[in-house]
Amino acid sequence: MGAVKVVEGSQAVAEAVRACRPQVISAYPISPQTHIVETLAQMVADGELGSRYLRVESEFSAASVLAGASCAGSRCYTASSSQGLLLMTEVLYASAGMRLPFVITGVNRSISAPITIQVDQQDTISLRDTGLIQLYAESSQEAYDMHLAAFKIAEDPGIMLPVMVCMDGWILTHSYERIDFLDQQDVDRFLPPFKPANLMEVEDPKTWGSYSEENVLMEFRYALQKSMDYAQERIPQVMGDLASYTGRDYGGLIEAYATDDAEVILVAMGSVTGTLKDAVDQMREAGRKVGLIKIRCFRPFPARQIWEAVRGAKVVAVLDANVSLGSEGALGLDLKAKLCGRPDGPLVVDFIAGLGGREINPLVAEDIVDQALEAAQAPTPPWAPIWVGLDASIVA
Amino acid sequence: MNASAQENRMELFAPGHRACHGCGMALSVRHILKATGNQVAVVTPTGCLETFSSPYGYSPWRVPWIHHLFENGPSVASGVAAALDAQGRGDVRVVAIGGDGSTFDIGFAALSGMFERDDDVLYICVDNGAYMNTGGQRSGATPTYASTTTDPVGKLRPGKLQHKKDLPAIVAAHGAAYVATASVAYRKDLQKKVKRAMEFHGARYLQIDTPCPSVWGFPSDHTLEVGRLGVASGLVPLFEMEYGNVTKVRKIKPITVDKYLRGQKRFRHLFADEQGAELVAKLQQMADANIAKYGLSSQSGGQ
Ligand SMILES: Cc1ncc(C[n+]2csc(CCOP(=O)(O)OP(=O)(O)O)c2C)c(N)n1
Ligand code: SF4
Ligand SMILES: [Mg+2]
Repeated sequence: MGAVKVVEGSQAVAEAVRACRPQVISAYPISPQTHIVETLAQMVADGELGSRYLRVESEFSAASVLAGASCAGSRCYTASSSQGLLLMTEVLYASAGMRLPFVITGVNRSISAPITIQVDQQDTISLRDTGLIQLYAESSQEAYDMHLAAFKIAEDPGIMLPVMVCMDGWILTHSYERIDFLDQQDVDRFLPPFKPANLMEVEDPKTWGSYSEENVLMEFRYALQKSMDYAQERIPQVMGDLASYTGRDYGGLIEAYATDDAEVILVAMGSVTGTLKDAVDQMREAGRKVGLIKIRCFRPFPARQIWEAVRGAKVVAVLDANVSLGSEGALGLDLKAKLCGRPDGPLVVDFIAGLGGREINPLVAEDIVDQALEAAQAPTPPWAPIWVGLDASIVA
Repeated sequence: MNASAQENRMELFAPGHRACHGCGMALSVRHILKATGNQVAVVTPTGCLETFSSPYGYSPWRVPWIHHLFENGPSVASGVAAALDAQGRGDVRVVAIGGDGSTFDIGFAALSGMFERDDDVLYICVDNGAYMNTGGQRSGATPTYASTTTDPVGKLRPGKLQHKKDLPAIVAAHGAAYVATASVAYRKDLQKKVKRAMEFHGARYLQIDTPCPSVWGFPSDHTLEVGRLGVASGLVPLFEMEYGNVTKVRKIKPITVDKYLRGQKRFRHLFADEQGAELVAKLQQMADANIAKYGLSSQSGGQ
């Protein structure tokens, strides 16, 4: 076992990235991602990390540098947040489409306007359809572990996609937590160097990023979808493999917490799931049959695993820290779509909660459970999502 | 195998691509790769070159080649260079070849970043003075009074009113070791400049005038002639700069600008009436200013 230290979440991530030995790092600063990329820069400046570190003029270029470096066969890394992640959007679509693996830390922060640096998941959710694999961490320890796994997942010959580890800004990046670090030898054993099948070699020149007519784009997309299917199988294996080194097993694509006999099941992702576990415990003590599903992997979406865990419940209450304006939250939409038509499934109720840093505590969670049960009693399910904790004096 | 088939096998930019007849850009790429040799990886942002050279399943590129997006050619090139360096493969050099739209306009921030970081990339802009891939819209490289589809001649306007952005000067202001301009019409000069550029490390810039018969509107067998006239008029000055100083210029025996403009549809309106004549006179002033600034005239001595 490696060292145990109390460090800031950003430091934990930087240590994980260092241990993975990326050859190329490129980043542009934005709160609350800054401590991660500053720490890595310091490591490079001190000779503790041998990466080429490109201090680019924008997030668009940071991701583009990675696309080029990945194509040329290097392991690479970046981190961003909020506006910066949106600026990367086009690059991420193209990189996934061209099967260029790299790892991004998506430090969750809301999107303007109004401009804010507070946390929610609107930013990473907006990248849902790019072809990124998205993992969501509950704690800094989990974020640390996910980063180790992320490189291996991204570079898997059957996957070859960018992987984003999403972690809530401030709550995780800027709080201090006890972290169990993995020894470098173990990291090296778990994660051998990146060896892509196709290198940019002058002896065997290849062409990347071709132009498609109506003849092939659809097949490219289909191949991506198939890789996402494969990733559903592969990600739990990689995480299981890592757990054999760390001794920390979080479950696979989801973590089901007290769901076995639950009538009401909360579904959420990110750091709020820590709070929700406490809330579930408290409600259980009070005799209420409440459980929680923590989504660890949002893309690919683990619909089957979720279904198995929720099928016996009466109602599922989804906490969405994002909203697809004019419809509902992204997680709620996915769940409804995937559960729709399955016999005797639970009602799914979508809650828009925690936007722009709005607090979710055990009392809020209990209120959500009450409202979900109420909705289940109603003659027809609600058409609109339920907004949690709105300030009546403002919205009036 | 006959002689020309054998020659084709040697081409790093092979025949069979889908450029229009007489495309100055396609020809310039062939010249470029002959000068670099095959120890290069090429990055091309979106544009005519990418489109005509990469229909899925086919490729004229006999060097490693990547296209990613329109506005990130410089950054992708920086990434490739960083990766090759990290892997100890720095002997393979990186060349980016992008159109004027991607270079002057949408990829300008990325270009500036690349030059500020001084990454080891030779960035070549194959300049045809408009967004050809999308039908010939105005760019920051479009010359004054040229008609484009988004800044067309109309009752109120004579086409583009502004100057062409002086990108070589802007790049040079970043402290670039080598900045030069060339024309596809002067192959040896072009190739000498590519070779010179490859002698330096860090970020270098070459801007090549590549006439486009389809959009400029001239017969496809006049490409080199149009290129030569542009240079001879002084509107397309050819020079080299090292560390911000002009070190060499290509001397000309200046011709009047109308001889260059007249053969192109994009300038046809300049010869329709009196007003046009005034605009031609203004373009002549611009050419004269170039000739004076760079000392282009072989008659006047100069540098
Ligand atoms: C972000 C984005 N905006 C617009 C386009 C459409 N587009 C593709 S190529 C192009 C123009 C290319 O012009 P230039 O760089 O001068 O190259 P040329 O085709 O003239 O060789 C445009 C506008 C695009 N692909 N991506
Ligand atoms: S439109 Fe012009 S630049 Fe594009 S391929 Fe045709 S001739 Fe070449
Ligand atoms: Mg152009």
